[in-house]
Amino acid sequence: MELLLAVVVGGLYAGGIYLMLRRSIVKIIFGLALLGHAANLLIFTSAGLTRGRAPLIPVSGSVAGGTLADPLPQAVILTAIVISFGVVAFALVLFRRGWQAAETDDPDVLRITET
Amino acid sequence: MTLLLVLPIVIPLLTAAVTLLAHGSPRTQRTVPVAGALGLLVAGVLLLWTVERQGILVLQLGNWPAPFGITLVADLFSALMVAVTGLIGAAVAVYSLVAIDETRERFGYHPLLHALLASVCGAFLTGDLFNLYVWFEVMLMASFVLLALGGGRPQIEGAMKYVTLNLVASAFFLAAVGILYGAAGSLNMADLAVKLENGSAPGVTTVVAMLFLVAFGIKAGVFPLFFWLPASYHTPPVVISALFAGLLTKVGVYALIRVFTLLFVHDVGYTHTLILVIAGLTMITGVLGAVSQNDFRRILSFHIVSQIGYMVMGLGLFTRLALAGSVFYIVHHIIVKTNLFLVSGVVDRLRGTLQLSSLGGLYESRPLLAGLFLVPALSLAGLPPFSGFFAKLALIHAGFEAEQYLIVGVALAVGLLTLVSMMKIWAEAFWKPLPPDAPETPVQGGLSLMVGPIAVLATFTVLIGLGAGPLFEISMRAADQLMDREGYIRAVLGDGS
Repeated sequence: MELLLAVVVGGLYAGGIYLMLRRSIVKIIFGLALLGHAANLLIFTSAGLTRGRAPLIPVSGSVAGGTLADPLPQAVILTAIVISFGVVAFALVLFRRGWQAAETDDPDVLRITET
Repeated sequence: MTLLLVLPIVIPLLTAAVTLLAHGSPRTQRTVPVAGALGLLVAGVLLLWTVERQGILVLQLGNWPAPFGITLVADLFSALMVAVTGLIGAAVAVYSLVAIDETRERFGYHPLLHALLASVCGAFLTGDLFNLYVWFEVMLMASFVLLALGGGRPQIEGAMKYVTLNLVASAFFLAAVGILYGAAGSLNMADLAVKLENGSAPGVTTVVAMLFLVAFGIKAGVFPLFFWLPASYHTPPVVISALFAGLLTKVGVYALIRVFTLLFVHDVGYTHTLILVIAGLTMITGVLGAVSQNDFRRILSFHIVSQIGYMVMGLGLFTRLALAGSVFYIVHHIIVKTNLFLVSGVVDRLRGTLQLSSLGGLYESRPLLAGLFLVPALSLAGLPPFSGFFAKLALIHAGFEAEQYLIVGVALAVGLLTLVSMMKIWAEAFWKPLPPDAPETPVQGGLSLMVGPIAVLATFTVLIGLGAGPLFEISMRAADQLMDREGYIRAVLGDGS
């Protein structure tokens, strides 16, 4: 399972970076979203996978025994998902405004601030 | 006393909330932010005073013990940064009263400003790596909107570049946090410091260190990751540029110094030498970029990059004196850089342009403003008796002690080139007569509220220069705390660890 997820993470990073290098501001956004997903899955995988062992204390006992899934990386990922959702939504609006102002999808044309 | 640790975050957040609620009342929207910024300044100074007397302050939020909950930590370095943030916040809040137009005010300029201040203070005070990520994101979000707010095409274009590159940096940061958690099993910085020291995989640690170097490097604007900075910082209203120039890149530098003094000291010969090389290249590229520019604010933007090199140089040398030099340099630089941008705002108000070729004659018509420009400009270049001289002196002294003569040579040469481009602004904007084809002078008014903060910040620059002793002593003690990892770890985790 770790191997599969590692390949998926690698694929997401590769796809994200490829999209960001294309000459299109729409693809930059998709690339950014993919990078965010890749980072989240990376956290999930590198923190260790435990299948079917929720970190819950049973009603009868006061301590949960045995190997448990680590809840912290999931909390971290949840936070990161919320943040990246907001940020990508903002970026979409901003890039739409950019498209309206410049009337082009080509980032190479957006150079008026660099001369 | 530990309540002081929360105040620098809570005061600006409350201010932001109140200004947001006072949406319909322009007067409240103007008085509350100034009061809030002054409150932040007072809280920052109190925090600095307390930390100076009592040593490192620690607050475990919600009383969760250290490696499990989120910890707020203030050592002298953090406290100094928070105090300076308060000073800049107050100066900018007063300046904004006249410099920000009504449209931007209606669209939430003041709440955003204070959200930004809260997140900057949060980043300085947190002792938890993921919490640092969250503060970075809050800061980015506020800065995104401030940068793009009410703008035409240049502003939107600058914001697009800024947003894209900073989001890439965030992705790097997040990935680094994830791998580090996988390797060490903790996110508390003090706990991580212990675990990385006892760790068995220095190779993984070095890889993670490089990821952090890239992530924070993009935010700090070091070579070769700074390209978003000169492409965007000159596009928004001047006061927003001033705030960004003073604080945002310095949060990146702060994070670099924090992780590379506390966490990644297992292979100093590799990581810190690399940082030193980056510092040298950052100085050179920044200053050469500045020399080739002809716009007041673009020159200043490139100088942010070159000055970041000096701060990172102290980290690269990694001695007590060098770190003290870095701390001193950051404090000096935040004040000076913000002030230079604020001066450019007054020039913009007076002449309606910041192209050096269309400016001129300001020394004749506004001698006071010219004087107020000269103080931070000469300080930036490192001329005595201003603050920049002592900052550079400490770093160069540290360079000689560490026998790194090349970086010392670079630092001195870059100082000279900084003087050249400051003199270029002086000669073009202030000294030469106003060109006959200059555009009409727009309406003036409210200049005293703009010049006031500039004068205050210039006074600080002179005071730091004339009385460099006390601040340098604090910087030395801050550097002691940075070098003394055990002290930090003990303060956070308690004596039992």
